[in-house]
Amino acid sequence: MLNASLRELSKQLAEKKLSSVELTSFFLQRIKTLNPNYNAFITTNEEISLAQAAAADKMLAIGKGGALTGIPIAQKDIFCAKGWLTTCGSKMLSNFVSPYDAGVIERFNLAGAVNIGKTNMDEFAMGSSNETSYYGIVKNPWDTKAVPGGSSGGAACAVAARLAPAATGTDTGGSIRQPAALCGISGIKPTYGLVSRYGMIAFASSLDQAGPMAKSVDDLALLLNVMVGFDARDSTSLQRPQEDYTSDLERPLSGLRIGLPKEYFAKGMSPDVESAVDSALAEYRKLGAETVEVALPNASLSIPVYYVLAPAEASSNLSRFDGVRYGYRAQSYSSLTDMYRKSRAEGFGPEVKRRILIGTYVLSQGYYDAYYIKAQKLRRLIAQDFTEAYQQCDVIMGPTTPTVAFNLGEKSTDPIQMYLSDIYTSAANLTGMPAMSIPIGFGDKNRPVGLHIIGNYFKEAQLLNVAHQYQRITDWHLKSAV
Amino acid sequence: MNLSLKDIKHVADLAYIEIDEKQAEATLAQLSNIFSMIETMQSVDTSDIKPMSHSQSVSQRLREDIVTETDQRELFQSIAPQVQEGLYLVPQVIE
Repeated sequence: MLNASLRELSKQLAEKKLSSVELTSFFLQRIKTLNPNYNAFITTNEEISLAQAAAADKMLAIGKGGALTGIPIAQKDIFCAKGWLTTCGSKMLSNFVSPYDAGVIERFNLAGAVNIGKTNMDEFAMGSSNETSYYGIVKNPWDTKAVPGGSSGGAACAVAARLAPAATGTDTGGSIRQPAALCGISGIKPTYGLVSRYGMIAFASSLDQAGPMAKSVDDLALLLNVMVGFDARDSTSLQRPQEDYTSDLERPLSGLRIGLPKEYFAKGMSPDVESAVDSALAEYRKLGAETVEVALPNASLSIPVYYVLAPAEASSNLSRFDGVRYGYRAQSYSSLTDMYRKSRAEGFGPEVKRRILIGTYVLSQGYYDAYYIKAQKLRRLIAQDFTEAYQQCDVIMGPTTPTVAFNLGEKSTDPIQMYLSDIYTSAANLTGMPAMSIPIGFGDKNRPVGLHIIGNYFKEAQLLNVAHQYQRITDWHLKSAV
Repeated sequence: MNLSLKDIKHVADLAYIEIDEKQAEATLAQLSNIFSMIETMQSVDTSDIKPMSHSQSVSQRLREDIVTETDQRELFQSIAPQVQEGLYLVPQVIE
């Protein structure tokens, strides 16, 4: 059960060799035993999970099950789930039990999947190490002295430590791909607008996108089939024909053109990461792909642009947390304004406050054009770079992160060093293009390395195909941290 | 970009976040570094570029003007932090 793929688990459930209640109980027990070592979960609710499992078993008994019926899935605590504590990793929402399901949760429920628990995350998804959560740091299961990455660090840890067969994450600047790389698992951020953001607590609305995290690419395709779909309640949700993301997985790669941006290979990458990426590219050449050098001249601006736009949107989105409408309220205050100020000062952690202040500043009178509009213009230039690169190649590859997982506490006092963890990933959020990370080996201190694969809009099936073909001939994704 | 302590306090005031002197000084040091990094944006000429606020070229979707909400009063009452006699208790706002 521990290392089984979703297809294997689904087959066993369909053939009645295993019940969902047994499978769910197995993972609940693992969480109970091992979560104290990792802190990957904020909340579990045995009663709800087992009730969902029993309902799934009934569906399976009458032959109504689908690919994910009865499968336990760990849900990032950014998704509202009816009856579940939904904290977004913040003290601000430490008492918030959601009265409704997010679009993503609804789709998993309809598919008959089991919610095995809510995973830990950086507060309001702001962080690259999972050290900003009000619920404590998450540890990397490959080396508990290292960070798991963030903000979906709890989700990545849960999959890598085999506390759940698969998980959901969200990605605003790399928050699925970066922790996936640092924890040696697979993760994909789909094209912006493909997965509903309804009920997903907003950080930066024009960048946030949900996606799956799992052991293998085949698992990702099955999860994406459930997660992707139009939702009228999300004004940015795209209306497109439903795709089967598993259908192209076996397509041979001969003739595939892989673009290698010279800017991503120039500097900043550590030698161990570079070596693993080179080895992965050699495997792709064996598979019949050719590599071409491409240019992304504005790529180096992704981080500054991101740290104007994301905080600007965050400062607006988080204005709703004022001690009145949601969650935490200060105990003592002298006036209404004082209550707002104290509630927000006590309810938010340092990184969230820092980003709200940056966002408030760049949106303020006199600075709006120089920062916010300037960043929006550069965002277009970055997107144009990618569009031009795709004239010469089908997909773009490079490292997901500049280094392997860093030590706990190593960057937590230096925001800029922390922000640079997402140097290769944030462009895909600014442009809205799909991107993923897959494990390709190990670097310094035997910590995992990820390969970043970026595609053009709506090319998820191609990305999954490219990544799956690599996993057919390698076994990095089968290595287990526990 | 030269941020001052006065700027930090003003922005904190606009953002409704209480901040003391010590926190303001620490924030000033961090934000000054962050804005130095952000300033690298200014090296690129963008005078002819249109701002990009959304990754897809789509227009705002409108829905039918019909009521879709259902009555969930009992549910909301059951999970509200403070209720009394069917009413929600909120802080005093009229002094």
